[in-house]
Amino acid sequence: MEFEDLYQEIILDHYRKPRNICEGDDTGHICVKHENPLCGDELSLHMKMNRNDTIKDICYRARGCSISISSASIMTEAVKGLKKNEAMELIETVRRMMHGEVVGDGLGDIEALQGVAKFPVRVKCALLAWMALKDALQSPYRQR
Amino acid sequence: MTENLVNRKEARIKYLDQDKISRDFPILKRKVKGRRLVYLDSAATSQKPRQVIQKISEYYERYNANPHRGIHTLSGESTEAYEGARTRLARFLNAPANGVVFTKNCTEAINLVAYSWARRRLVDGDEILCTVMDHHSNIVPWQMVAADTGVKLRYVPVTDEGDLDLSKLDELVTGKTRLVAVTGASNVLGTITQLESLIESARAVGALVLVDGAQLVPHVPVDFKAMGADFLAIAGHKMLGPTGIGALVARPELLEEMEPFLGGGGMILDLTLEGSKWIEPPWKFEAGTPVVAEAIGLRAAVDYLDEIGMEAIRQHEKKLVNYALREFAKIEDFHLYGELGPERHTATFSFNIGDSRGGIIHPHDVGTYFDSLGLAIRAGHHCAKPLMRRFKVVSMSRASCYLYNSESDIDKLVDAIHKARKFFTGV
Repeated sequence: MEFEDLYQEIILDHYRKPRNICEGDDTGHICVKHENPLCGDELSLHMKMNRNDTIKDICYRARGCSISISSASIMTEAVKGLKKNEAMELIETVRRMMHGEVVGDGLGDIEALQGVAKFPVRVKCALLAWMALKDALQSPYRQR
Repeated sequence: MTENLVNRKEARIKYLDQDKISRDFPILKRKVKGRRLVYLDSAATSQKPRQVIQKISEYYERYNANPHRGIHTLSGESTEAYEGARTRLARFLNAPANGVVFTKNCTEAINLVAYSWARRRLVDGDEILCTVMDHHSNIVPWQMVAADTGVKLRYVPVTDEGDLDLSKLDELVTGKTRLVAVTGASNVLGTITQLESLIESARAVGALVLVDGAQLVPHVPVDFKAMGADFLAIAGHKMLGPTGIGALVARPELLEEMEPFLGGGGMILDLTLEGSKWIEPPWKFEAGTPVVAEAIGLRAAVDYLDEIGMEAIRQHEKKLVNYALREFAKIEDFHLYGELGPERHTATFSFNIGDSRGGIIHPHDVGTYFDSLGLAIRAGHHCAKPLMRRFKVVSMSRASCYLYNSESDIDKLVDAIHKARKFFTGV
């Protein structure tokens, strides 16, 4: 049972057809790179903010397992157009979800990540993209 | 030898009674995720036959006592069993019994040499030769020695086929080389290394040789004296024994010259407030209450292995290697690391499954998926990061077999590989 909880169809779909992979040039983007040395997952996140503090554009390049790739794909879809504080709130919600807390519904594809909480060793995979986002949002270069 | 005897020996060598063997390992009846367990992680730790488990229970139920110390009956029996285990292990490896030091594990055995021999003997300008193939446990202790003493570490490279590249051995083993620390068999590639050449080169320059036997001794008949190494480190739990016991096998004269690594009770000839004198080896290296139950378990494991015959086990594994390599060759977009063929290969296979778009399916995904099918494999860097870098990967999946695995387990593995690819890539 748990196995199906982890690899839900939505996760596999994002893994097989990842959304928002970076194409072309990153000029003017905030770039952060995160990795999980234990399993070799690597993710570089590129983000552009609007003047009114909303995420205008976000994309990533990644190497990793299905959980880290699909989480990055789901994350980029979910946060595009969000204000900085809304995105920060969402990061916190996902973090709590990964620690087994019930966080309610209405989160769209993000809910598919819920099953990861039952696999403690994979929580880091799921959080990789979200932690990179947090870093990017707090980056001092954000205003440029 | 009469022809009759030869034939009988050959007959014994060729076939393992697989049904009997699987009945001997209670855990193999276990179901995982509703399916019968297919255990392919023996390079991490082997399963234990009932015979080993029973001997350990028997010790605790009938004669548990602190050996060497007490004068009561139980202590006498415990001493006899503990020392009997040492003699038995020595006979199994054709090593002198006073050259067998029991340790916690193989890592501790290697560290014992690093602390008691290398740190005291080696100086700035000396060299230790390691290999890119070795487990961290046979690299880190030498890096620590190097940091403390200024000794330089050099490494034997690895070829694309997964062999130690000895083509420049003349440049690597020089007058400065004091120790060659090398694995007998790779925990990742399954490669059985060219110990003979390495030991010969070391001899020629007067260097000592330490063989990490963790992955060799469980699978290949080993004769310590014939091998010609100075130190051999082994892990009990990888050869059907319990965890918590390993051994350093050494030439006794080397142990004589070495100072203890651990100080404490049980290793003292005399002690005054000013200082102590040690008893003779191997006991001077076994401070504290020894690992009695573990030694008894290891002895039972050795009895079990000898009963079946190490040569028979080796032949069985060669058969598995042959079969697996043939089956793996049929899989498309499949990367096997180390392909030297059965004569130079234990039945340990590390691989990555291509995702049909130029990448690989992450080993952690493979491991989790296999688990859902009841297959236990290992995924990760296998404590061999230099080797991962050598093959330009971060991790690999590893399936490792032992005497209780059969061709049908390989079939299940191959089937799982196909299923995993389909599951993750959708094609």
